[in-house]
Amino acid sequence: MANAYFMQAMNQALRAAMEEDETVIVMGEDVDRGVFGVTRGLIDTFGANRIRKTPISEAVFVGGAVGAAAAGLRPFAHVMFSSFFYVAMDQVANQAARLRYMSGGQVELPIVYFAGTGPSGSAAAQHSENPHSILMHTAGLKVVMPSTPYDAKGLMIAAIRDPNPVVYLADLRLSRRREPIPGDPYEIPLGVADVKRQGKDVTVVALASLVHLAVDVADKLEADGISVEVVDPRSLVPFDWDTIVASVRKTGRLVVADPARRLCGLAAEVIAGVSERAWDSLRSRPQRVTWPDIPVPFSPVLEARLDVGADDLEQAIRATLGSPVAVGSE
Amino acid sequence: MLPDTDILLGLYRRMVRIRVFEEKVQELHRLGKLPGFVHVYVGEEAVAVGACSVLRDTDRITSTHRGHGHCIAKGADVAPMMAELFGRSDGYCRGKGGSMHIIDTSLGILGANGIVGGGIPMATGSGLADAVLGRDGVTVCFFGDGAANQGVLLEGLNLAAIWKLPVIYLCESNQYMEFTPTTDLTAGRIYRRGEPFGVASMEVDGNDVLEVRRVVGEAVDRARRGEGPSLIEAITYRFSGHSEGESAFVSAYRTEEEVESWKARDPVTCFRDLLQTEAGFTAAELDSIDAEEQEAVLKAVDFAEASPHPSPDEALDHVFAPAGG
Ligand SMILES: Cc1ncc(C[n+]2csc(CCOP(=O)(O)OP(=O)(O)O)c2C)c(N)n1
Ligand SMILES: [Mg+2]
Repeated sequence: MANAYFMQAMNQALRAAMEEDETVIVMGEDVDRGVFGVTRGLIDTFGANRIRKTPISEAVFVGGAVGAAAAGLRPFAHVMFSSFFYVAMDQVANQAARLRYMSGGQVELPIVYFAGTGPSGSAAAQHSENPHSILMHTAGLKVVMPSTPYDAKGLMIAAIRDPNPVVYLADLRLSRRREPIPGDPYEIPLGVADVKRQGKDVTVVALASLVHLAVDVADKLEADGISVEVVDPRSLVPFDWDTIVASVRKTGRLVVADPARRLCGLAAEVIAGVSERAWDSLRSRPQRVTWPDIPVPFSPVLEARLDVGADDLEQAIRATLGSPVAVGSE
Repeated sequence: MLPDTDILLGLYRRMVRIRVFEEKVQELHRLGKLPGFVHVYVGEEAVAVGACSVLRDTDRITSTHRGHGHCIAKGADVAPMMAELFGRSDGYCRGKGGSMHIIDTSLGILGANGIVGGGIPMATGSGLADAVLGRDGVTVCFFGDGAANQGVLLEGLNLAAIWKLPVIYLCESNQYMEFTPTTDLTAGRIYRRGEPFGVASMEVDGNDVLEVRRVVGEAVDRARRGEGPSLIEAITYRFSGHSEGESAFVSAYRTEEEVESWKARDPVTCFRDLLQTEAGFTAAELDSIDAEEQEAVLKAVDFAEASPHPSPDEALDHVFAPAGG
């Protein structure tokens, strides 16, 4: 076990996967230097044939990954900021997410689409997206978004080994997180949530950097005798309903904390899914804490207004304890 | 033959304004006063200033992540620009946009853009509006040599060619895209990409403001006459890093000699020399312009720092225009 930063953990996984399988290649802008550190140093070991610096041409390297995968490679495409998925969205949604299905299952497309994601401090509206809900909605893409270096490494190994396109989103707010992780490669299967903190009164489903916020809020509420369980889905497609439903059956209360917009978002989906599966065990109306439905603004003051804060989450948790079971919707 | 005195001094003043603004921005960034990403235009001033000098207020431009110079050249006021870089409520975008997104539609600045190549379709559509409405306006689309590899350039050139749109696609070949030499990943010459479409295509010395003015001026005249688009590649160089503070996370990717050789052809000092040797201006006359621009930028910083932060709930405004509004 050695300490690793969030991005270093992914870098270790990518390196291990490239050693294990010589069909794994990397494509993207400035990947020799490694924007965010995920591809750093790989060029020295694997050379320019497998570490492919691309021009600023997202459509062709995102779509190129589809052709390369269909023809025998396992591409890791570095999209840089997740906002840039939108530049290549035709290739993502009409090609990568469609070719296997449309062909009646003829092809496997083992692709990882990697991007740093989320607000990272006044990067403004074209460099701060969290597009996971849009990508989840596409059908044909797996989506993961880890919260710790340990999970990041294990999920990266799983993503690269998976025979499908996997969108791997690395929350940029987690860049400075560090923890001891095993040096050898290990796999965390896609579709398995993790209970990050045990509790019995309220289940908080939190994603990426909000997992840590949720644990902090939970620790604080313990003093008031409120016991909060924090569940990190880690992977969004496939989604581990079993773990989350089991938690809600135990606590009877649900809060979802999603660092993204509200409309048609992950939080709505989790609340709907839990309601369908465990309506009878809900003791109060579920709550969600999300961004408002706005682009991400530049000014630090405005960006903070958008963010999910500890107060928002605490209020939502308290609301599940205070409010009676709602009848119908408002 | 040299242009008139007023024009010469106007060109000089705008170039100095950009230089002084950008150097102040670099200093403010080092002091930790500016949030977010900042990309400066030092070394490339002649491109924006030469190009915008032949535009009318009603003509339009699209800009890039390295957009401060374009905005100043098109007439933007340094005070609300600076306030925007600080994220304050008196900024051009009320703090919503920042360095990469300065916009002033009243000056025809359709926006700096955080998406590389993002302005190319927009400029094409802006030209379409002039064509459809029968106006003789033009649009200049600034984009980087790195952006030349986005597919939208091909789409834009073709559309502008078949519809004879009044658009000047102006590539700023500053030799780099982030930390990679453009020629490493770019086949052929960028300006020649217009030729197969029948688009008037040429290169120009991007460090020579008068040459840029002449070549863009001819393209603008063609466009106003309804003769369609041009593709111009201005050869230039950025003196500073890709983005401010980059040395904290990238090792050197250019040699000192290379940077110095371009600095020897500094567009601002070269033009200043020309004004003295060929147009008879005295050093004192030019110094007083420098001093005025220094003063204006210092005032802009004061203005920015005195401007309040937007109130947090303004984050919720401006998503949609009010109906009937
Ligand atoms: C679609 C997109 N891809 C990648 C980036 C990241 N990026 C920002 S600037 C830049 C280099 C741009 O090079 P160039 O077009 O030559 O402009 P320059 O910075 O040299 O002015 C890159 C890759 C981006 N902002 N948008
Ligand atoms: Mg460039």
